[in-house]
Amino acid sequence: MAIISRGFSGKRKATDAELPPGQYLTTDFPVLSAGPTPRVPLDRWELTIDDGTNVLRHWNWKSFRDLPTETVTVDLHCVTRWSKLGTSWEGVSLDTLFADLKTDASYSMVRSYGDYSTNVPIKDLLNNQAWIAFRFGGKDLPPEHGGPARLLVPHLYLWKSAKWVRSITLMDHDRPGFWESLGYHIYGDPWREQRYTGDR
Amino acid sequence: MAGTTLYRRPVVWRVGTVVALLDETPSAKTITLDVPDWPGHLAGQHVDVRLTAPDGYSAVRSYSIASAANADNRIELTVERLTDGEVSPYLTQELRVSDLLELRGPIGGWFVWRAEQTEPVQLVAGGSGIVPLMAMIRSRAAAQSTAPFRLLYSVREPDAVFYRDELKSLSVDHSVSVAYVYTRAIPKNWPRPASRIDAALIADTTWPVNLSPTCYVCGPTSFVETATGLLIAAGIGAGTIKTERFGPTGDRK
Repeated sequence: MAIISRGFSGKRKATDAELPPGQYLTTDFPVLSAGPTPRVPLDRWELTIDDGTNVLRHWNWKSFRDLPTETVTVDLHCVTRWSKLGTSWEGVSLDTLFADLKTDASYSMVRSYGDYSTNVPIKDLLNNQAWIAFRFGGKDLPPEHGGPARLLVPHLYLWKSAKWVRSITLMDHDRPGFWESLGYHIYGDPWREQRYTGDR
Repeated sequence: MAGTTLYRRPVVWRVGTVVALLDETPSAKTITLDVPDWPGHLAGQHVDVRLTAPDGYSAVRSYSIASAANADNRIELTVERLTDGEVSPYLTQELRVSDLLELRGPIGGWFVWRAEQTEPVQLVAGGSGIVPLMAMIRSRAAAQSTAPFRLLYSVREPDAVFYRDELKSLSVDHSVSVAYVYTRAIPKNWPRPASRIDAALIADTTWPVNLSPTCYVCGPTSFVETATGLLIAAGIGAGTIKTERFGPTGDRK
């Protein structure tokens, strides 16, 4: 089906086989954001879980940092086709944040300082799959990579791992977030190569 | 958001035919493609380009569209060769007129300028980040828009300037004011030494805050971080600045 590009052989690497389809390996950490990098002072930082009407859970930086943390090593896959393997993060598991929270909602809208948003099914946030991460490679997370804290949901394309996370709104029905409204896939599974609207 | 429905349709692979190749600089080439079923695009959008080897191995990278928004069957991409790149060396050195090229798009609905926009526009380009901004400049002309445009273009040296003659003619007829900053080597008799953008340059060459410009900043990550920081320090609202970054490994543009 594909058209052969005359004279092209590519620069394939053995490691590429371990990557999701269409990805290539990088060792640095490119930055892709839609606007300026927000600077959020820790004394004004807050994180909430709400249901669209009421705030159900609320943390300031101190109460958030008093929560138990986990250190995880995960692979990152960006829709712009780079993958970075074995990255090390420290954060609070979403299982911890959602503990004792009773909800019938199936979806969430994750919002950021700087007005970014992305939708993630709640089942993808729970069961040891997602964290609010505040340290990367042993150091405080720099603002350009989402500091003070970002969502980390590494089994989905990286645009789902919202930088500068501020709130999680529970929803009964799925709705598109920022990139999902602008041509990107509603779910974003890298192993199924769900990059753009309409990809299966 | 207005126009959202435009992005609900699936983005399919298409086949373009190379109809022209132009050396933009010693390391960058502009590729003109004839794409019979091209659905049209907005200034600032990009495409994914796919190369396939005889054994089926393929590599895909994103490139900004340089040509004006249109519903014609022709689009232009300007590709900068990255020494360690996988796709850009092929596109800038191997590709020939009449070759077929697979592409998918247009993609991206955020970093775009629409002809309906009438407010002043400040474009800030770092290196090959000029490409999507050039599409905006060309779209402005194609739509006969009178939206006031300014471009601040940071570039390594005079030889690295893309679209040189076209930008010069825009300056001459005052349709778009263009300011250059050279970071490594300057043209003869250039008044400012080789240097990076700074607060004074932003104050001298960009729209004042009270005109409420919409800003588009495109370039390498470090450039975009610096430029947006300077714009915000000058009083521009963060919500009016749109950015597109490419990292050290990004083949984008």
